[in-house]
Amino acid sequence: MVYTILSENGLENFYRLNEKAGISQKAIRKQKYDFLDDELTISRLIDFKDDNIMKIAFYIPAIHCSSCLWLLENLQRINNNVLSVRVDFLQKSVAIGFNYNELTLKSLVELLASIGYPPHIILNDLEKKHQKPELDKSLYYKLGLAGFAFGNIMLFSFPEYLGLSSDHDQGLTRVFSYLNLALIIPVLAYSGKDYFHSAWQGLKQKHLNIDVPVSLGILALFLRSVYEILTHIGPGYLDSLSGLIFFLLIGKWFQQKTFAQISFDRDFKSYFPIACTVLKEESELQLTLDKLQVGDIVMIRHGELVPADAVLIEGEAKMDYSFVTGESTLSDKHQNDLIYAGGRQMGGIICLRIIKTVSNSYLTQLWNDQAFKKENQNGRTSIIADRIAKLFTIIILLVSFASLFYWLPKDIPTAINAFTAVLIIACPCAVALSIPFTFGNVLRILAMKGIYLRNTDVIERISNIKHIVFDKTGTITNIRSSQLIYSGYSLTTKEEQLIYSLSRHSTHPLSRQIEKKYKHFQALDISEFIEEKGKGISGFIDGHLVRIGSQEFIGDVGDEDSLSNKGINIEVDGKLKGFYLQKNAYRKGLNSLIKNLSKKYRLSLITGDNNQEHETLKSYFVNTTEILFDQKPMDKLSYIRNLQAENINVAMIGDGLNDSGALKQSNVGIVISENTSNFTPSCDVIMDARQFSKLMNLMDYSKDSVRIVISAYFIALLYNIVGLSFAVQGLLSPVIAAILMPLSSVTIVLIGITASTYMAKKHHFL
Amino acid sequence: MSIILLLISISLIVAIGFLIAFIWAVKSGQYEDDYTPSIRVLFDDDPLDKD
Repeated sequence: MVYTILSENGLENFYRLNEKAGISQKAIRKQKYDFLDDELTISRLIDFKDDNIMKIAFYIPAIHCSSCLWLLENLQRINNNVLSVRVDFLQKSVAIGFNYNELTLKSLVELLASIGYPPHIILNDLEKKHQKPELDKSLYYKLGLAGFAFGNIMLFSFPEYLGLSSDHDQGLTRVFSYLNLALIIPVLAYSGKDYFHSAWQGLKQKHLNIDVPVSLGILALFLRSVYEILTHIGPGYLDSLSGLIFFLLIGKWFQQKTFAQISFDRDFKSYFPIACTVLKEESELQLTLDKLQVGDIVMIRHGELVPADAVLIEGEAKMDYSFVTGESTLSDKHQNDLIYAGGRQMGGIICLRIIKTVSNSYLTQLWNDQAFKKENQNGRTSIIADRIAKLFTIIILLVSFASLFYWLPKDIPTAINAFTAVLIIACPCAVALSIPFTFGNVLRILAMKGIYLRNTDVIERISNIKHIVFDKTGTITNIRSSQLIYSGYSLTTKEEQLIYSLSRHSTHPLSRQIEKKYKHFQALDISEFIEEKGKGISGFIDGHLVRIGSQEFIGDVGDEDSLSNKGINIEVDGKLKGFYLQKNAYRKGLNSLIKNLSKKYRLSLITGDNNQEHETLKSYFVNTTEILFDQKPMDKLSYIRNLQAENINVAMIGDGLNDSGALKQSNVGIVISENTSNFTPSCDVIMDARQFSKLMNLMDYSKDSVRIVISAYFIALLYNIVGLSFAVQGLLSPVIAAILMPLSSVTIVLIGITASTYMAKKHHFL
Repeated sequence: MSIILLLISISLIVAIGFLIAFIWAVKSGQYEDDYTPSIRVLFDDDPLDKD
């Protein structure tokens, strides 16, 4: 069907561009996008609208190859009312401008869906007009301006560096100085304003942050230079000043690396669809979720989400709560059963009566907790940098005033000279550069391995962790791969062979799993094979009657205890043998990971499951581990909170929406994700499940990175001592400053990057 | 010496030109998506456009 649309419009090239182009698609239900007929909904979704043109951006998860890009950007050839299409490949988003008088938004979305790119329109989109994150371009402007000024001031300072400013061209030197002054003022006022602002904010709250000594240095440099230039005693230090601001901004930019394909701040709104089908007076309506009221009857089709807590009134529900609880087994619900929001219906059509609004539902209530209300509970400040800043500021002020008072009785100009020189040379630019470059590099290295950190502060927080709390399902177990565990009377090899021979004749997924488990056997001939779809199979093999199936299929055997209502029961020659239970497999390397972690950290396991697997878990975890079962999302959150009340830094490792509260409350929330582009709850670290066994390496690497930063500080201190020894004597010339300051900065940056790369190799990240 | 003043002012004008070009580039969104254009550039102009 897609091919037909494409060839009619001369777009066959699509299949030539990429062999993997095209993915199979499901049929689209006709009324699926009816909610896009509503004017109010449209106005909340679009970015721009005038008399003819409407602009909108969609998130299209199906974008996966270069052909997708090509096809979407040629959309105007399929429908000429589409005016412009722009794809952002990494963000998987498409910005479309179209003539809405000729082509409605609904038909545009249907067009996209018909060629296999259904836009993912989620509840969050309705609110995006208020909180659309604009890319902060100002850093680029600041960087550009500082770089421009730095280059030119260096150029104008060249005669000074080379000692060419002899007496006869005094006029020229002065022109250069004034030009420099003209160049530095916009840099100070625009590029450097964040540092003054942050320092001022810190001082107002009686708090010395790293920007205080930095601003002090910048101010001292500037005022001293202005004084020198205006009184014609020297060229000033404007080259050092502009270079300093330029390097600081580069550090900021390096640190600010964001991962376009990953979002750390999602909540349930990114998970829920925008609308659902509501039955009102015999007709079907598409209502946006925020208009959903208690008592409304909603219709949920196969694969759709239950938007709010509701009671089943019609149909048989098979709910997939894998996202909410991490449990992959479908749970059956019957009439009048309560169904929680977040479940996905995997059967036919069902009708539900809403009993709670979307925002008051059991799952979404978590977000009303105060843990979600305090934004940035840990702030954006670095603890090490702060501690150093305090120390630095106090020492600098002491030394500078000491040299001021030492010189003051003897020689007033030297006194002022020494005082400002100390402030200049001690400016902790190396300190301010070490963290951005070292941690920025760590961030990049980890991202290459599929471990994404929210920002550089997370590294520091990881290094302070004392206690690690694990979630079970989906975190230490893999919900994608499961294994069969047998319990009951032990099976003989012969019986196992019989079971294998029977199960290989069925295509049911559970039969296939049994078959896989015993594939080393040789199959025996079978007669009178009977299969009751979805219930069980039976047959005669080698003279034995073997029956495998559900409780219902096996029937009454008078041995209720060993019959399982969840597992696959085995009966040989009319005797119940036992049952297989499907269990999620534990992740690879869990054993050694736990062993290593327990040497350095206190561990806890906290799960929503019952204690069925207590013994197995005990064998993985050490004795000191606290293992808690039947924990609700709210319990998990308060468990973390209680630990924190004892001043313990806690890391929470989880995966699903049910861990969201705990992840948010913890000092470091780590999410294990099978597919990093999938939905993940709000957290600090998103970790590819394949890297799970490297959790210990991550902890160690973070600690080592912090050590690198601290040792870089010591080296910066050595430079400072050399510089200060010149400064207190009042001998600091602009040339020494121009050499010493960039030299120390470059050393720090190089140390930070090489050492963190080396450590990455040591911890097997490279 | 006045020739130096002339050269300096020319160099400054050129540099300001580059600064303006940079600001324009940022403003027009060239730094927002630095990956997609690398794919886009590989597409051939469609021969069908000509007829």
